[in-house]
Amino acid sequence: MTAAPVSGGLWGRRLAGGAGFLTSILLTFFGLLAVTFVIGRVVPIDPVLAIVGDRALPEVYERVRLELGLDKPLWHQFAIYLGKIFEGDFGTSVLTSRPVLDDLLRFFPATIELATLATLVGTLLGVPAGVVSAVHAGRWPDHVIRIVGLIGYSAPVFWLGLMALVVFYAKLGWVAGPGRLDLFYDGLVPTVTGMMLIDAPLAGEWEVFRNAVDHIILPAGILAYFSMAYISRMTRSLMLGELSQEYILTARIKGVPEWRVIWRHALGNAMVPLVTVVALSYGSLLEGAVLTETVFAWPGLGRYITESLFNVDMNAVLGGTIVVGCVFIGLNVLSDLLYRLLDPRTR
Amino acid sequence: MIAGWHDWLLADTPRSRGQARLGRLYISWLALRRNPLAVIGLAIVLLLLLMAALAPLLATHSPIAQDLTNRLQPPSAAHWLGTDELGRDIWSRIVHGSRLTLLIVVLVALTVGPFGLVIGTLAGYLGGWVDTLLMRLTDIFLAFPRLILALAFVAALGPGIENAVLAIAITLWPPYARLARAETLTIRGSDFIAAAQMQGASTPRIIVGHIAPLCLSSLIVRLTLDMAGIILTAAGLGFLGLGAQPPLPEWGAMISSGRGYVLDQWWLAAMPGLAIFIVSLGFNLLGDGLRDVLDPKQR
Amino acid sequence: MRHKIAWLAGVAVVALGVGGALAATPADTFVMAKQIDDIITLDPAEVFEFTGGEVIANVYDRIMTFEAEDTETLVPGVAESYAVSDDGRTITLKIRQGLTFHSGNPLTAQDVAYSLQRVVKLDKTPAFILTQLGWDGSNVDEMIKAIDESTVELKLGEDFAPTFVLNCLSAGVGSVVDMKLVQEHEKDGDMGYGWLKSASAGSGPFSLRTWNPNEAVLLEANPDYRHGAPAMKRVALRHVPEPAAQRLLLEKGDIDMARNLSADQIQGLEGNAEIAIDTHPKADVWYLGLNQKDERLANPKVRQAIRWLIDYHGMADSFLKGQFKVHQSFWPSGFFASLTDTPFRLDVEKGKALLAEAGYPDGFEVTLDASNAYPSADIAQSIQATMGQAGIKVSIIPGEQKQVITKYRARQHQIVALYWSPDYMDPHSNADSFARNPDNSDDAKSKPLAWRNAWEIPEITALTDAAVRERDAEKRKEMYLDLQRRLQEDSPFVIMFQNLNQTARRSNVQGFVSGPTFDTVYYRLVQK
Repeated sequence: MTAAPVSGGLWGRRLAGGAGFLTSILLTFFGLLAVTFVIGRVVPIDPVLAIVGDRALPEVYERVRLELGLDKPLWHQFAIYLGKIFEGDFGTSVLTSRPVLDDLLRFFPATIELATLATLVGTLLGVPAGVVSAVHAGRWPDHVIRIVGLIGYSAPVFWLGLMALVVFYAKLGWVAGPGRLDLFYDGLVPTVTGMMLIDAPLAGEWEVFRNAVDHIILPAGILAYFSMAYISRMTRSLMLGELSQEYILTARIKGVPEWRVIWRHALGNAMVPLVTVVALSYGSLLEGAVLTETVFAWPGLGRYITESLFNVDMNAVLGGTIVVGCVFIGLNVLSDLLYRLLDPRTR
Repeated sequence: MIAGWHDWLLADTPRSRGQARLGRLYISWLALRRNPLAVIGLAIVLLLLLMAALAPLLATHSPIAQDLTNRLQPPSAAHWLGTDELGRDIWSRIVHGSRLTLLIVVLVALTVGPFGLVIGTLAGYLGGWVDTLLMRLTDIFLAFPRLILALAFVAALGPGIENAVLAIAITLWPPYARLARAETLTIRGSDFIAAAQMQGASTPRIIVGHIAPLCLSSLIVRLTLDMAGIILTAAGLGFLGLGAQPPLPEWGAMISSGRGYVLDQWWLAAMPGLAIFIVSLGFNLLGDGLRDVLDPKQR
Repeated sequence: MRHKIAWLAGVAVVALGVGGALAATPADTFVMAKQIDDIITLDPAEVFEFTGGEVIANVYDRIMTFEAEDTETLVPGVAESYAVSDDGRTITLKIRQGLTFHSGNPLTAQDVAYSLQRVVKLDKTPAFILTQLGWDGSNVDEMIKAIDESTVELKLGEDFAPTFVLNCLSAGVGSVVDMKLVQEHEKDGDMGYGWLKSASAGSGPFSLRTWNPNEAVLLEANPDYRHGAPAMKRVALRHVPEPAAQRLLLEKGDIDMARNLSADQIQGLEGNAEIAIDTHPKADVWYLGLNQKDERLANPKVRQAIRWLIDYHGMADSFLKGQFKVHQSFWPSGFFASLTDTPFRLDVEKGKALLAEAGYPDGFEVTLDASNAYPSADIAQSIQATMGQAGIKVSIIPGEQKQVITKYRARQHQIVALYWSPDYMDPHSNADSFARNPDNSDDAKSKPLAWRNAWEIPEITALTDAAVRERDAEKRKEMYLDLQRRLQEDSPFVIMFQNLNQTARRSNVQGFVSGPTFDTVYYRLVQK
């Protein structure tokens, strides 16, 4: 997983013109669809084969090919696909033979659950760590925090996950293994949000809740570590910027207690860009979970998209990409809005 | 003698362009040297270069020679890091794998840098509809889930190092284009550009000769910072079976094939993972230090 | 709702003394970890995947069948007996009386005829198993008829060998579905296809409770099954893609059985008293296909040379240990008309000499397409190493299985490493693909393995066609043995292994049956 770029949000500079902003989003969205669609069509796997298998009779093969509309030119196929999306029809997945929309509703909450938990923990640990690091810049607490962060930054997430599984599950038995729940807890809890940590208490199934916690600790912990590494690093650099400002000096001279200067004044001002940082980190976790989900057999969106991709289940890939793309775009818009809301200068 | 060099490099009034440049580099080096973490990072990167250069000498075995009677051996005097599922020496594979890692990093850097530079400077300098078009394109790629885009590209192009490089580059260029554009915008209005324009310099000439060189340093800093990310992404692709092809000793692919053995023969997956970790830590430390030195704003 | 409570009770018992680390499965539930992401449908007219085939084998009873007690003898299932007419073109099936479906509906001759007609009319992937008997959408109502409540008459297009026809009726498409129930769910004349994909309408030992794609399949015992109620009330197949994870779950007691362990993982479990390993011979053959469009590979000497450049035994004794055995003919051993000779072994000098005779003393460069999963990836790398010793420089092109097959079907490979499993347990199933190529043109409609390797063989095709019509079983056997010898000596197929399936179970679990094919896996005798 690589760090998300820190920018003031994709559309910050265009927020002013509402209409232009909207076209901008729509155009981006259209581009996203087009690129994914074209990729899906050039993947060197025969999509008909994915459906009928290797030994179908030629007639069966041909019939399915026509059903898929693969005889039509590419632009026409794309137009048909777009039309269906606007009707809310994402098509049917080959792999699961269910409507893609149903699949997305099933898999996406698992990813959200993981990414949200990781971001929460990452932020709660990362921001204070970053502040401490900035305040003690160049001294040992700074070095320790930076090294811990850099280690998180440098380890391949899938490798760390694998090693953690071996140690904490296989050898020590402290946590539960791969997957979201032990099998016999499956299907006990009625789906409300699709997130086990919320659905289980809602249904009063505390045993299931405990099991879910047991399962999520490791993958969420590892993602949280990465998120913390990124957030603490950004916090540090933002805080250093704030602490060198004149108003801080002024406050200190006026005799404001040091903790107040740091945690209120400086952090308060750094909060604004920090929101963007956290939003971007959240976004990158949502998709960066692909590898983590593979290692932990987590039935989330990232794994759904990858598996579908390998099986040229293009409806599923497109549907999944649209969702992730939407989230990306949504997070950017959101962080722009928050930016305006929090930043006194734009109020 | 050394003192002489020192003084020459730090001269207040350099006598030539070369001296001035070297002097600036030297000052940076002095600053970098004061940062112990950055020095460690630099040492790791240098070691990696050395390892790649001397791979045939450092390796104790052939990286691809199989020995089915000698599989899954734990680390020992004969096999420093043990052997893998086909009886190949893991140490030798890691040593030779460093070449692949370097190759990928260098190729990505060589693809992304110029590409981002061209798009960014063109958009920034020309403005108007070119700017709108290019930046819209950039936005589309930025809005894309990056790893998934890379996966999709490799799936479409077929696995292999070149395609992995291409896929990583495709997901990586947008921030560079934006950076170059932003730099261009600040440079565009300066007097010396206006002077060049008045002398009748052509647009390509101005972009290539005047603007691009000035954007370079910030792009390079950014590249150094991204190196670790590139290594990790490449390893991730290898892990998913989309990177280098067997029997090439690509580190991510080695972890992937060692995954099934992790309970009894942990070294199969642990060793290459450790290698990735150390190298990417090295690049991160170095990048961090470089940024502190070259980009004081970030301090 | 009642199920939920029962399920919960089991959970509570488990949850009491445990605390996450050491678990056990409920006493009346059999839990397996398996890669089940290949399931795309559970409609017997469409199922053609390994796991799907296994599930329907436990949910539906078939016309002809291999019983759990003896998976190698073909016996009547839903049929009580059969009779073949003198001209060999009519088979009359007598249907057992008193059978009922899970729904409670009685099973009659109408259901049997409907089930077969449905397969032919829906015309999904496995329909060819029936349509090759001369049936199609327009004639099937005439040719398959229920004469009365207990008699079905099948008219055949040609005088096929009766063993061949009966073998076809034992495939998944021979499953008997509950006509009444299926027709209740018919939509727009789809014969219930939309519904049955993820439901069950059978009379087998289990019924389908749920199938969550890529997660789990849950089956429930049928107390009225014709051989009596299964011991386990529930059977669960849980999707665990990682073999290493399966092993962990098994060691921790979270599951009763792991189905996809590699040879090395099995070895890692040896010595664990709580776990027992079983080996089941399977019918898949693993081979290399040499594209005859490539002039080097079309050279018979080169084809010979490659046969001597593979370390069959080295592989079978190391990373394939216990899961593969060396096998070098196209029909797997352990069945009617199997050829078990294995004349080839690794002999680099012999390979080199043959290459020199062929005019390639220094070898050549060639590509090898192989799946990137275990064990294909390892097999490919071993072949790469041994062929390299004779100067053949192999570059491996790893891909997803479907990707490899796409390329194979387009005849764009040079060498491909794949496996083949019979569609039904008659040697014709494999001969039809390995040794029959009626049309070698690029736009041929049917794409048997011989076609995919562009192997033009009018003479051998004729032999295969004759064998499937031979009604004397002994003569027929000789014909297939002869075919196998011919292909073993010289063909674009370098057949290397037959696969053995290994399962690891908790030692208290008994009675899991895994026959030679993917759909002769039975859960009904399981006890613990």
